[in-house]
Amino acid sequence: MLDFSILTENLDMYLLGFKNTIMSSLVALISSLILGVLIAIMRIAPIKPLNWLGTAYVEFIRNIPLLIITFFFFLGLKLSGLYAGTLALTIYTSSFIAEAIRAGILSVPKGQMEAARSSGLTYGQAMRLVILPQAVKIVIPPLGNQFINLVKNSSILAVVAGLDLMYHGDLISSRTFVVFDVYIFVAAFYLILTIPLSFGVGYLEKRLAKSN
Amino acid sequence: MLKKKKWLKLSLLSLLAVILLAGCGGGNDTDKAEKGGGKGKEEDVLAQVKEKDKIVFGVKNDTRLFGLKNPSTGEVEGFDIDIAKALAAEILGDENKVEFKEVTSKTRMALLNNGDIDAIVATMTITEDRKKEVDFTDVYFDAGQSLLVKKGSDIKGIDSLKGKKVLAVKGSTSSINIREKAPEAQVLEFENYSEAFAALKSGQGDALTTDDSILYGMADEDPSYELVGGTFTEEPYGIAVKKGNTEFVEELNKALKSLKDSGKYDEIHDKWIKH
Repeated sequence: MLDFSILTENLDMYLLGFKNTIMSSLVALISSLILGVLIAIMRIAPIKPLNWLGTAYVEFIRNIPLLIITFFFFLGLKLSGLYAGTLALTIYTSSFIAEAIRAGILSVPKGQMEAARSSGLTYGQAMRLVILPQAVKIVIPPLGNQFINLVKNSSILAVVAGLDLMYHGDLISSRTFVVFDVYIFVAAFYLILTIPLSFGVGYLEKRLAKSN
Repeated sequence: MLKKKKWLKLSLLSLLAVILLAGCGGGNDTDKAEKGGGKGKEEDVLAQVKEKDKIVFGVKNDTRLFGLKNPSTGEVEGFDIDIAKALAAEILGDENKVEFKEVTSKTRMALLNNGDIDAIVATMTITEDRKKEVDFTDVYFDAGQSLLVKKGSDIKGIDSLKGKKVLAVKGSTSSINIREKAPEAQVLEFENYSEAFAALKSGQGDALTTDDSILYGMADEDPSYELVGGTFTEEPYGIAVKKGNTEFVEELNKALKSLKDSGKYDEIHDKWIKH
């Protein structure tokens, strides 16, 4: 059977790691959403240099491994493991979020924008009042995926001594010489975060669909 | 109404997931117990080694002087490697009847117990705790834990670590020792020595701690770093094999002894260790 004494004897380490994983994920989630929206707007705005900048950001960031971005902040900018990992997570996830949001906005039929503009709204107003409310519904499922990935990707912190759940799992495992059971409990802690997130996204999706 | 149902479903599913995982763990453990008890024959590593006419050694790939992959040849080189080859020559009659698999301090015990490797020759200290999990041969190298700092650092030894950041490697004895000997230092642990050293070089910590033999390798690589304070523990290295393989341990001990008697051991020692 699963050895629960591993959990109870190392509970303080598990909880400390869990707390840091929650903090890091939460900060990265909120800031990557904000950053992602900004980049998406840059990519679709009717200003060419902004488009190029947004495209360059997305293509550069999403095509390199998260681990390398993390090492860049940790070894290059000399941030602490927790900060370096959280910042890397934010930057990395924002590129995927930007793509999801851009795809959502583009999937709103072109006629909607044309109709809004011809009824006298400015580009900004049309975007805010007509396009974005429709795009949100389309964007929710892929955003949910990104957030779940973000929580799991936060285990990257373990590599730069970021004091997260995975890092403490590694330490417990090396102290107790138990591998399997230690990581089962680590997985359970991740599930406590990701399953409600999954359901939350599903719930939001249903509610927005009903409002149609 | 609908909302309530949803939450119920949600919590049920979380519970189910945890139980499922717990079940996984259980299954694996009984597997292990069966292997250990019923099929004792399968665990005879020495017989397996003789049958396949090759010993699979777990060695470090990132530790200068002991086991370091040479990027130009792709071969691993170092003291541990030469010892492993010499042991194969003693036991199987040919030093080329070896296979090297990369291990780290974190992965080596799991790989040994899984049967992926036959023996660990990877700067592994013999400790009482580890003896409960694996069997060790006689000591094949004597090391001691020390500190590596940037030249000119105000750290002079184990007593001046208060409030300092000390870097170590996950799964090593040194990470446990340093917490005992310098409880007021903050210890950060990395995956392997190269990452820990990179972190030290980029100023993420004030000192790096592990066995002096490994630290000398780092100081060789970058002379702006030096060892301070001498050694504060004894770290006798042993070769580890899967628990219960007394015959294999005896065979390795015999081979080690004959290496020492013939002078081959000293030859390998002097080739790598110059301090």
